[in-house]
Amino acid sequence: MKQKSVAIVGAAESTELGKTPHISQIQIHADAAFNTLADAGLRPKDIDGIATAGESPVGIAYYLGIEPKWIDATSIGGCSFMLHVRHAAAAINEGLCSTVLITHGESGRSQVGRGGFARAASSLNGQFELPYGPTGPPTMFTIPVLRYMKDYGVSEEQLATVAVIQREWAAMNPRASFRDPITVADVLESTMIAYPFRKLMCCLVTDGGGALILTAAERAKDFDTRPVYVLGTGESSESPMVSQMDDFSTSRAFRVSGRLAFDEAGIATSDVDHLMVYDAFAHLPLYGLADLGFCDRGEAAAFIEDRRTAPGGLLPLNTNGGGLSYMHSGMYGMYALQESVRQLRGVAPAQVKGARISVAHGVGGMFSAAGTIVMSNDPP
Amino acid sequence: MPEIKRALPQPTPETRHFWDGARDGELRLQRCDDCAHVYFPPRPFCPECASRSVSVFQASGRGTLHSYVINHRPAPGFDPPYSIAVVKLDEGPKMLTNVVNTPQTPEALELDMDLEVHFEKMTDEITLPLFQPADPNRAKSNR
Repeated sequence: MKQKSVAIVGAAESTELGKTPHISQIQIHADAAFNTLADAGLRPKDIDGIATAGESPVGIAYYLGIEPKWIDATSIGGCSFMLHVRHAAAAINEGLCSTVLITHGESGRSQVGRGGFARAASSLNGQFELPYGPTGPPTMFTIPVLRYMKDYGVSEEQLATVAVIQREWAAMNPRASFRDPITVADVLESTMIAYPFRKLMCCLVTDGGGALILTAAERAKDFDTRPVYVLGTGESSESPMVSQMDDFSTSRAFRVSGRLAFDEAGIATSDVDHLMVYDAFAHLPLYGLADLGFCDRGEAAAFIEDRRTAPGGLLPLNTNGGGLSYMHSGMYGMYALQESVRQLRGVAPAQVKGARISVAHGVGGMFSAAGTIVMSNDPP
Repeated sequence: MPEIKRALPQPTPETRHFWDGARDGELRLQRCDDCAHVYFPPRPFCPECASRSVSVFQASGRGTLHSYVINHRPAPGFDPPYSIAVVKLDEGPKMLTNVVNTPQTPEALELDMDLEVHFEKMTDEITLPLFQPADPNRAKSNR
C-alpha cells in the first residue's frame, strides 16, 4: 500500500432525514456521530480529531465527550466537509492525530437550535450585493445562469432535464424526500422562484446530518467496515460575491480543486465510475461536469440530455437523487460524500455495479469555494 | 411603501469614496496607477498587480446587462417580481444592481442591452447605484 494513505472507516447519516422538529441542530450532529461511531465500532474516547462546520467543533467535541488533539473549524459552506476530509488526511499523515470524526447536522427546515448566517452590512456582500435584494441562494447562486445559457445555447428545457434525471435516481432511494417521476413540463410549470429558476430546479430544504471517521489506511483492517480510501483531494476558492465570479460560465474554484484531486489520485475522468456534484440548483451539475473535465464547456447540457448520467448511463451522477430530490439541509456536501462511500461499499440503494472510483465534488457559498475528494475501494 | 426597508450598506474607510460618490451622483471606480487595471469592489490596492498606488475616478455610468434573475419571492423593501442583475460596466468591472424603470420581464430585460446608472437615494448617507435601459440617443453618440 502507498505510504501515507488515509481511509474512511466510518460513515453514516442521521437516523431521520426530512422534517425533524423534535431534534435540535446539535443533537442532529450527535445522532449522526453516534451512528457513525457505531458503524466503525468506536466510542467517543477513541476519537482524537474533530472537524465540523456550522457549529463550533469545540462545542461538538464537548457535547460528545471527545478530547481532541486536532480541531478543524473550516466553515465555508456546503463543501466544508470535503475540506475537512482533505485537512484530516494531512493531519493524520503528519501524526497530529490518529482518528478524526467529521460531523454535519442542520435543522435546515425546522430551524431548531440553529444560528443565523447574517452578514454584516459592512462586509463586501453587505455593501455590494445585499442592498439589491438577493434573499438567499435561490436569488444568488442563480445569477450567472442566464449568461451561461445565452453563451452556450442552453435551453430552459435542458436545465429542467437535470432535475428530471435526478428524480429518476431518487425513485430508487427509499430515503429520498421526493421519489415520484417528473417531466420537463412539470419542472417548467412549477412555481417561478427566481426566473429562470422554477421550484423543481431548486434544492429541497430539509433537516438532517451525517458523519465520517477517517484513520490511517494501514489501520483500516482493524475495522469491520469495508474501507474507502482517499486517493486525492482538492480545495480552492474564488470570491465571496457571486457577482464577482471572473467568468459566469465556469467556476475557477471548481477547476482548481478538481485538478488537484485528480492529479493527486493519478486518475483521468475516464477512470471515474461514479460522480457526485453538489446540486443546490439544477445548473450546478452542468458547471461541475465541464469544470471537472468530463466534457467540454457548453456540452454539459447535452451530456445530461443524452442520458449519460442517468440510470443505465456510463457516468452515474448524483445517484442518491441529489440536493434536488434526496435531501438538502443547507450544507449538502456531507451527503455527497456519504453516497460516494455507500457506492464504494456496495450498499447504495441505486448501486453502480462494480464501482471502484468515486468522486465527490462540493461547492461552498455561491460558487465561492470548492472541495473535491477522489475515493476508491481498492487500496492505493 | 413596505414597512421593512431593504438592507443598506455600511461603508468602511476603504469603500467610503464609492458611497460618497453615489450620494453625489457619481459612479466611482478605481484604477491602478501602475498597471492601469480598473476594478471593483473598492480596496486600496490593485487586485491584479498588488500595487498600493491606485486612484479613484468617475466612471461613465454605462454598461451592458450581463446576467440576472427575476425574483418572484417576497423580500424586505422590494415589490416582486424584481430583477437582481449584474451590469458589465464599459470600464470592465461587473456590479450587482437592479435594473429599474422597465418591465421586470424576460422580454424587457434582454441580455447585453445597454444600461445606464440611475441613482436612487435611500437615506441621507446612502444612495444606491441602480441601472436603467440606456437612452438610445445618448448611448449612440457617446459609445
